[in-house]
Amino acid sequence: MLKTKECIAMLLAGGQGSRLGVLTKHLAKPAVPFGGKYRIIDFTLSNCINSGIDTVGVLTQYQPLLLNDYIGNGHPWGLNRNYGGVHILSPYTKSKTAEWYKGTANAIYQNIKFIDNYNPEYVVILSGDHIYKMDYSKMLAFHKEKQADCTIAVLDVPKEEASRFGIMNITDDNKIYEFEEKPPQPKSTKASMGVYIFTWDKLRKYLIEDEENAESSNDFGKNIIPAMLDAGENLYAYLFEGYWKDVGTIDSLWEANMDLLNDDLPMDLSDKKFKIFARNNSNPCTLIKDGAVVKNSLMSEGCIVEGNVNCSIISTNCEIQKGANILYSVIMSGGVVEEGATVQYAIVGENVVIKKGAVVGQLPGEYENADDWGVCVVGNNRVIEENQKVKSKEMV
Amino acid sequence: MKMLGIIFSNIYDNQLGRLTEHRAMASVPYGGRYRLIDFVLTNMVSSSITSVGVITKSNYQSLMDHLGNGSEWDLDRKTDGLYILPPFSSGQTTVYKGKLEALQGAVNFLEHAMPDYVVLSDTNIVMRIDYRDMLKAHIKSGADITMLTKNCSELDEDVIRDTIVRCDESGRINDVRILPTDADKEGDKMGLGVYIISKKLLMKIIDDSRSYGLTNFERDCIQRSKDIINIRSYNHEGSIVVIDNLNNYYKGNMALLDTKINRELFVKNGPVYTKTRDEVPAKYDEYAVVKNSLIADGCVVNGTVENSILFRGVKVKKGAKITNSIVMQDTVIGKDATIANAILDKEVKISDNKMIVGDKQYPTILAKGVTI
Repeated sequence: MLKTKECIAMLLAGGQGSRLGVLTKHLAKPAVPFGGKYRIIDFTLSNCINSGIDTVGVLTQYQPLLLNDYIGNGHPWGLNRNYGGVHILSPYTKSKTAEWYKGTANAIYQNIKFIDNYNPEYVVILSGDHIYKMDYSKMLAFHKEKQADCTIAVLDVPKEEASRFGIMNITDDNKIYEFEEKPPQPKSTKASMGVYIFTWDKLRKYLIEDEENAESSNDFGKNIIPAMLDAGENLYAYLFEGYWKDVGTIDSLWEANMDLLNDDLPMDLSDKKFKIFARNNSNPCTLIKDGAVVKNSLMSEGCIVEGNVNCSIISTNCEIQKGANILYSVIMSGGVVEEGATVQYAIVGENVVIKKGAVVGQLPGEYENADDWGVCVVGNNRVIEENQKVKSKEMV
Repeated sequence: MKMLGIIFSNIYDNQLGRLTEHRAMASVPYGGRYRLIDFVLTNMVSSSITSVGVITKSNYQSLMDHLGNGSEWDLDRKTDGLYILPPFSSGQTTVYKGKLEALQGAVNFLEHAMPDYVVLSDTNIVMRIDYRDMLKAHIKSGADITMLTKNCSELDEDVIRDTIVRCDESGRINDVRILPTDADKEGDKMGLGVYIISKKLLMKIIDDSRSYGLTNFERDCIQRSKDIINIRSYNHEGSIVVIDNLNNYYKGNMALLDTKINRELFVKNGPVYTKTRDEVPAKYDEYAVVKNSLIADGCVVNGTVENSILFRGVKVKKGAKITNSIVMQDTVIGKDATIANAILDKEVKISDNKMIVGDKQYPTILAKGVTI
């Protein structure tokens, strides 16, 4: 029997994520740590394997070393297959040309051969910078039922926020008749989640046409989708219900972390049938010492805690010393918060040392005008000196 | 010089009562997320041993489930790797009684293995050791067998003095006593169940023991042959946790609440590898009060936990109070329940308001899966 895969996934992970500042200085956005033990890309990779998709091409370009290392042979996600599995796809030189990925569509275009190898009927296009749990197989069933050429997952967003998203205008039958990128006056509240399923034959044709058009910016949202709509192809919107969050900015990354502390969050990370997998580094259990106070928080393994932790996310191998106070913050792995130091409303990168008496971040109440206040960020491997102060919104 | 490892997974099974009713000693849960075998396997792998045979006898389903294909220890290899060696019971032999007899089931594995030296180890002592240093000493001293030992004076009072040896001035063992009543004399050392021996000599010992009908390694080989072959001791300097009965199992877990021992076992000598479960980080809710405790991933704590060890996925409901206890994987403690001085095995369910209170010297044990 000829081997084929019905559906494979292509995961766009090349984005720089410049709005995350110091956090993405040396790593791609999908590799940014999240939720105490994960990296952002774990969610999409786990969604794939949990949806029965075991062939995933990960398109990397910006600072790929850590990401490549992290994904490895895909074993942590069960994506180590003899046929299929996870593949890192970086731009490469061809006999006549050598170019970077110019846009999202161009990145897929440059890997047409990879996809053709599996001869799939359908291709799922994903981005590696969203936090959500989604069973793509349900969306694929919808795509087949509608005999669509392209299905775009959409989320109902509040009307006042709709102008920040790509908005789908749809008929009662969920057929898309118009797509507007960040419209000032949105006609609908159905926002694109950046999850597409294409019938491969169709997408292949449009990718080649798009590449021939020198004017095109080779982008799915700007070029491919409008071209397909213009040509009268069948595009459908698949309504996703559940938690979905773009973590492209410091504020949204902080919010998404804090969302995990909400018991009513419509995303259950502990669901044993739909686990989020992550590469595991064999840490011992967390040791909570006498005098520690830990409440309303998530804490991963390998930590030693003697201080106070409230409403925070503490990643693996952190040390919170006596009298230290952590409030509404995210401490990434390997962090040390020394005696009497305070961390509030902050995102603290990996292996940061916050010395005695330092104060990182400020309370919202310290500002008269709420717009002047914001979460502060400490970049990876930084040392915050004794009694140093890091102001709200500051990035060090 | 290359070594291979052989692990005896069932020795001392009968000493842990209910905990080993349905599992081998090697797969007894320890320290919130580990099984006892993890320490031996990690030590071997960290000592560049790439070929490990695990000799099993009975109740080894949970052990096999834990080990899988060995990938967590990087033992899923094309050449070498992890071998499970079930009882060799064809022909006249039956399920083995002692280590010597058990080794007969490993003859094939030994014959085909490349390394010249073998590390034999039990699983009931938790420690971190680099077997390469021990091998260096073994080769340098010209010993036939090197036995890992610890000075009796450094042992906890409660530890059962099992194999007690004394050495002459050169370090050669000249006295071997099994379970003596007057162990802690000056110069007494206890064997830690770890031996280094050349493959050639081991094969000869196995062959002789078969033809003479010998079964017990310590009595029939070490004790009887000490004057014929050169058996030497190699002292382990680091901390050890001996799990030789239920009380010491309890104490041995609680020892991990001491930061120094905890870091020595888990951090200073590199990580200890174990099977991953992809759990969520532990969640501490509004009413959580946690003091002097070990908490694993996947726990949800909304009650009071003091001087205790919570394994992965334990749920502590609001108002519940756990003190001086070991609570294993996926156990649920209902609202306002009280647990003190107890060992709760996996998947136990304690209903709301119930009380399980044992004595600190004799902790109450609830078997796997029971509902109270």
